[in-house]
Amino acid sequence: MTLPVRSFAALFMAAAVIMGAAACSSSSNGSSASVGNAPSSSATTAPGGTIIVFAAASLKATFTKLGTEFQAANPGTTVTFSFAGSSDLVTQITGGAPADVFASADTKNMTKLTDAKLISGTPVNFATNVLEIAVPPGNPAGVKTFADLGKSSIKTVICAVAVPCGAATATIETATGVTIPAVSQESSVTDVLGKVSSGEADAGLVYVTDVKGAGTSVTGVPFAESSTAVNTYPIGALASTKSSALSQAFIAFVTGSTGQGVLSDAGFGKP
Amino acid sequence: MTFTFDARVARRDFDVSFTLEEGETVAVLGPNGAGKSTLLNLISGLLAADDGHAELEGASLFDTRAGTQHGSKPPHQRAVALLAQEALLFPHLSVLNNVAFGPRSAGARRQASHAAARRWLAEVDGSEFENRRPAQLSGGQAQRIAVARALAAEPRLLLLDEPMAALDMAVTPAIRRMLKRVLAGRTALIVTHDILDAYTLADRVLVIERGRVVEDGPTREVLERPRTAFAAGIAGLSILSGVRTPTGLRTDDGIELAVSTGAAAANATEWPAPDAGTAVIVAVRPSAVTVSNRPPAAAVNAIEGVITDLEQRGDLVRVRTDRLAADLTARRVAELDLTDGSRAWFSFDPGAAALYPATRPRAR
Amino acid sequence: MKASSGYAGVPRWVLAIAIIGALFVVLPLVAMVVRVNWGQLIPLITSKESTDALLLSLRTSGAATLLCIIVGVPMALVLARTRFPGQRIVRSLVLLPLVLPPVVGGIALLYTFGRQGLLKAPMDFLGIQIAFSTTAVILAQTFVALPFLVLSLEGALRTVGTRYEAIGATLGAGPTTVLRRITLPLVLPALVSGAVLSFARALGEFGATLTFAGSLQGVTRTLPLEIYLQRESDPDAAVALALVLVAVAILVVGLAHQASLGNAGGRQRLL
Repeated sequence: MTLPVRSFAALFMAAAVIMGAAACSSSSNGSSASVGNAPSSSATTAPGGTIIVFAAASLKATFTKLGTEFQAANPGTTVTFSFAGSSDLVTQITGGAPADVFASADTKNMTKLTDAKLISGTPVNFATNVLEIAVPPGNPAGVKTFADLGKSSIKTVICAVAVPCGAATATIETATGVTIPAVSQESSVTDVLGKVSSGEADAGLVYVTDVKGAGTSVTGVPFAESSTAVNTYPIGALASTKSSALSQAFIAFVTGSTGQGVLSDAGFGKP
Repeated sequence: MTFTFDARVARRDFDVSFTLEEGETVAVLGPNGAGKSTLLNLISGLLAADDGHAELEGASLFDTRAGTQHGSKPPHQRAVALLAQEALLFPHLSVLNNVAFGPRSAGARRQASHAAARRWLAEVDGSEFENRRPAQLSGGQAQRIAVARALAAEPRLLLLDEPMAALDMAVTPAIRRMLKRVLAGRTALIVTHDILDAYTLADRVLVIERGRVVEDGPTREVLERPRTAFAAGIAGLSILSGVRTPTGLRTDDGIELAVSTGAAAANATEWPAPDAGTAVIVAVRPSAVTVSNRPPAAAVNAIEGVITDLEQRGDLVRVRTDRLAADLTARRVAELDLTDGSRAWFSFDPGAAALYPATRPRAR
Repeated sequence: MKASSGYAGVPRWVLAIAIIGALFVVLPLVAMVVRVNWGQLIPLITSKESTDALLLSLRTSGAATLLCIIVGVPMALVLARTRFPGQRIVRSLVLLPLVLPPVVGGIALLYTFGRQGLLKAPMDFLGIQIAFSTTAVILAQTFVALPFLVLSLEGALRTVGTRYEAIGATLGAGPTTVLRRITLPLVLPALVSGAVLSFARALGEFGATLTFAGSLQGVTRTLPLEIYLQRESDPDAAVALALVLVAVAILVVGLAHQASLGNAGGRQRLL
């Protein structure tokens, strides 16, 4: 009988189709960037070397910029970045990914690594972030306050509770007593912004820095209640790093005046 | 006229016109690519004519003539059933449902269509296969069912496209006998390569070559007095054309041949011998031709030929030339040392040939 | 089909590569099964979130498959049985969702059926709003799954050819009767396998749904979206749900196969 073979083949195909679809989709949320030139251009006596920085996706713009400036200030060094969701990065690091520095978008994910004794010393908080209402340009639904988001006539998109921005949203909802009848609970800030910038949704709750980073595609509506959920960004060198000095130098650069200036420009708050 | 047909298809260089009488079965003969399939497809509606018209029992099948309102009828409204070389029974239907397909399509209820199907199955001796699947039938059985299926649709015209070509030689006679029975009194067109099919099943023969009708006449007339090389070939005759002389004919290349006419002659004709000076054809059977390496005695018709082909046929070898063919024993072929390209003298007795006008008198 | 008897003619090295290929597909599945937290499996997959996602996935994939059949069969027929100018281009366009990244497909759907999309005026006029609704999920799934059905059916139609159909027509059957009683029964196995592939693709659909429909429990959050979300906070749950997804796919493919075999045995029931 050829039947079992054929059914098996059909199963394979179906499984491949599903897995393929899942694989395609998950690859889109991680991104990595490499900054810098070959160190050969500047022969120098300063301690050279290469470090790999794993940083939360929301830090992509600022850290890319800081990396360039750090390399300029320390000729002969190369900083390579891998940007992704903080929890993804934690999974990768515990899985043995070769990172020297980890910058998380929340303390929860950093704690996972400190608990696992994968961070050398104590992480340093280097920035904070608060939520802001993002609306399509022109604010067609006329959203002015956080309480407006409680109206069912306004289509609001928020992050799912499982992700940091969703957790922050839930905290504010509890603090204000406003329940948002969200039409969608997305798993990333990017997805929330996408729904708002395309005009599908009337409003979305994302971080201040996301609104700023999105440029003119969305408009920000700040609200006072955002202070009830302040997100803190910690950074730390990994215990396994072989470039401890350079890693610490980069952390110092981020927490120093240059780093703070760039972060502040992007909308981040002081730690 | 039950059926009139007149159509042209430019890209296939097809230009054919003919008519069928009520209840007449006509065999269509012709070499491959002559346009036989084109003809069947035009009639059944699977192909559109550039120009022309066809009518079946007063109903137009297609008509491209200006000023007419007929247009072209789709295949399912033509009442023309097609029986192909392969049975093409619907593999997903039982034999009974295959045969019932036509009646069902015509709107008959299940019971009535099954009753009709059983009737036609009995007609082709296929009742026992009623509940089988087509895959469980032999080629001959499947073709019987296909005949029943075509007839059950009650077509006004039945087209048969080499219905026995794909069958085992052993079952062909039985199928031919069955077809003879069901085709009796039925208006049908049967494409075949087989002279026996033509003699058994057809009242009339159409020979098509290069998209034209080149011969049209009663079966015996066409096959015993062929005017074209193809018809002669299928009838197993060698033909030479020429001009009538008092003793016989002078061929186109100037050879004088003597042919005895009248009651004593082979294939005695019911038409009077053609007058001297008219274009005539002489037909000779290969079995009546003898072959020699030297010119034979003067009294015998003899033509020198270059051998083009030797074909084993049972215990005989058919030796073909560009003019005459001869059936010789293998031993004789060896004695004469005949091969492709060698020359030999072919002769026949004046009484062994048939002489007739090159143009066929109107049969009716 | 009958490889079991007679000369198979498969060289050993082909067999070796085939085995490597099979392992390539099977091992990740095995790896996933190994990671399943069996102790927590039942609570993880019977939670409200999980069952909502599973039921939604089954409902929407079923509806999408039905839609695929309804529009895909005519599309395959037109592509296989007719000739018209630009046919090759049309065929490539129809198959486009196969190569299009699903997220891009989602964006394209958004630009078409979204609130600010191409069909804004007629949809507003009819009072149709599909943003953030289950309908949007079904549309996204249909969009990505349709080519599978069209492709497999068109191929089968070409293979079957028109000879049976021509015979049917000369027996007095009109085009619709020919389609119903000859063409469709002849290509039924391909139709079933095409539908199964479409269902599997719809079940695994992620990117287009995420982009076009959003993510709300019980409304738009299908199983893949739930897996993606759970991954952020609870990888155990994500793995458990992935196992459910694979199990469902295997079950459906198996059942459909059984059904098509049953049909091959007694197809006259269709009449």
